[in-house]
Amino acid sequence: MIALTPDPKSRALLFDVTRCIGCHACAQACKESHGFAGTGEETELDATTYTVVLDKGDDRYLRRMCMHCADPSCASACPVGAFTKTTLGPVVYDGSKCLGCRYCMIACPFGVPRYEWSKPVPVVRKCDGCIERQEAGKPTACTEACPAEATVGGTREEMLAEAKKRIAENPGAYHPEIYGEHEVGGTNVFILSPVPFDELGMKVGLGNEPLPNLTWAALSKIPKVVGVGCVGLSAIYWITHRRQEVAAAERGEEE
Amino acid sequence: MRNERFRPGFWTWLFALILAAAAVVTVLRYWKGLGAVTNLSDRFPWGLWVGFDVLCGVGLAAGGFTITTAVYVFNLKRFKPIVRPTILTAFLGYILVAVGLMYDLGKPWNIWHPMVMWNPRSAMFEVSWCVMLYLTVLALEFSGVVFERLGWKRAVAIQHAATVPLVIAGAIISTLHQSSLGTFYLITPGKLHPLWYTPMLPWMFYLSAIAGGLAMMIVESRLSSRALGRGLEMPLLASIGRALMVALGVYATVRFADMARLGVLGEVFSGSREARFFQLEMAIGVILPMALLAFSAVRRNSGRLYGAALLVVAGFVVNRLNVSITGLEGAQGGHYAPTVAEGIITLMLVGIGIAAFGIAVRFLPIMAKVEEPELLASVEPSPAGGLVTVPMRS
Repeated sequence: MIALTPDPKSRALLFDVTRCIGCHACAQACKESHGFAGTGEETELDATTYTVVLDKGDDRYLRRMCMHCADPSCASACPVGAFTKTTLGPVVYDGSKCLGCRYCMIACPFGVPRYEWSKPVPVVRKCDGCIERQEAGKPTACTEACPAEATVGGTREEMLAEAKKRIAENPGAYHPEIYGEHEVGGTNVFILSPVPFDELGMKVGLGNEPLPNLTWAALSKIPKVVGVGCVGLSAIYWITHRRQEVAAAERGEEE
Repeated sequence: MRNERFRPGFWTWLFALILAAAAVVTVLRYWKGLGAVTNLSDRFPWGLWVGFDVLCGVGLAAGGFTITTAVYVFNLKRFKPIVRPTILTAFLGYILVAVGLMYDLGKPWNIWHPMVMWNPRSAMFEVSWCVMLYLTVLALEFSGVVFERLGWKRAVAIQHAATVPLVIAGAIISTLHQSSLGTFYLITPGKLHPLWYTPMLPWMFYLSAIAGGLAMMIVESRLSSRALGRGLEMPLLASIGRALMVALGVYATVRFADMARLGVLGEVFSGSREARFFQLEMAIGVILPMALLAFSAVRRNSGRLYGAALLVVAGFVVNRLNVSITGLEGAQGGHYAPTVAEGIITLMLVGIGIAAFGIAVRFLPIMAKVEEPELLASVEPSPAGGLVTVPMRS
């Protein structure tokens, strides 16, 4: 198996539903830093909206964005390797390689990648984890903008420790699990919630195995299929034609 | 060769109309983008063009490898008369899949990228290589027909000598390709409805494609006998009908055993939208034709056999659309239906396929006359290195 495992030193984000005040500052900052039009109050991801803040009622707000999986489905699905899981943490995309098959969109368990449907030369769009800012040692735009420490950034191990600390200090306020710690092999975005995750409409039951393993279970058999196919079909050819030759020789006639 | 005057009839006019409409769609597609002509969206990034043009186009071309393997590897010579029309269908099918991709891919001019930008973990990478390799194999397999028509004895001989290796390569590539279309969906366990999601999806796609390919042979024979007055002999068609029944039986057994293993048989009668589409797919594509083909009165009557084969093809199409669209609608929260423009491009591809098949069987030695033994026999004793020159056959 060639699965990728989470890197504790890579950059990660922690989003805490109990702290979010629904001000949309993160989404607005995301728009500004990427130069996209919009208010930051959109309710659906699109080609120029990389994150949204969703009102889930009862004063609960949920952010949606790329989870930056440790072993991303999109990266495994892409036929030309346009997606890369960087050692820094974010999953980035190179539009110049892309041929537009959109298999990444089918593959993503979180339904994150978006497409430029109205452009004649379209590319896939999704949160890039503010890779340029992070490479320069700066926090992501959304983290920097958050006035409530609902979105915080750091290394993956720091964020996990922080999440565990918050749950331990205030056990009554949290559902005792960290979304993203194990889901699909671990992600670089964690979510803390006051209620079970499915009550907020999040995908649960994804399992702890990286999804690319499911594809690899089939793809890894290709050499065997080729080997068995070559040998098996050649053998069958030899037997069927040999039988015919023998039969012809026995009858004493030419084939 | 027939020498009739060309008189455009109803179907020709309809085809011309479709082509004219497709021209408009083509301009809009490349000028305004996919969103302008399709109902594709972030929720449904794959629609009719992937579900029908690619998944069904490739699947129904599966006859190409099954019949060449049966004839050249298993030495079942009585199927030889169907080798050429089946290779032609597979070749046209794959060409049309490639043309369809020119519409569906967001940046089709990058279609060659998988040749140099490798990602062996991707099912799509495997599929792109399979399409490229199998198109090449089919072109080489088909080239014999063209060489024969041109009277190039030497080329015919070389092509003939390469037949068995080509057939074996074709069988392996096809096995990989048919199954890899199922592999696409292995990564969607949380999205694809349990009636279709199984770790055995590659097997399901492979086994159902064998049945679909056999059914297509019966359908083609009927169409070409209508168009040309030349089809396959009834005993041969009856044998294909029997093989189709066996292929459907194998598929149904594996499918239901797998569903029982996964504990999803109850879903079939849950009354959900997905369950109804599943029932439709299995009823018209597997159970009903299998029951019909069990009667020799059906297998031995060309009209009835044709009807049963059409059912299999229709069920096959429903299955592929179920996996690619119906089965994902629940998770994506919505419904997808293609636009008229998407339908026009698909109709155009089907129309081109039928027209090209009709033209090819008219002008190339494809139906009935399988091989020209005298043409092959005369080239074999030729001195090494000597060029064999023959006058062009008229």
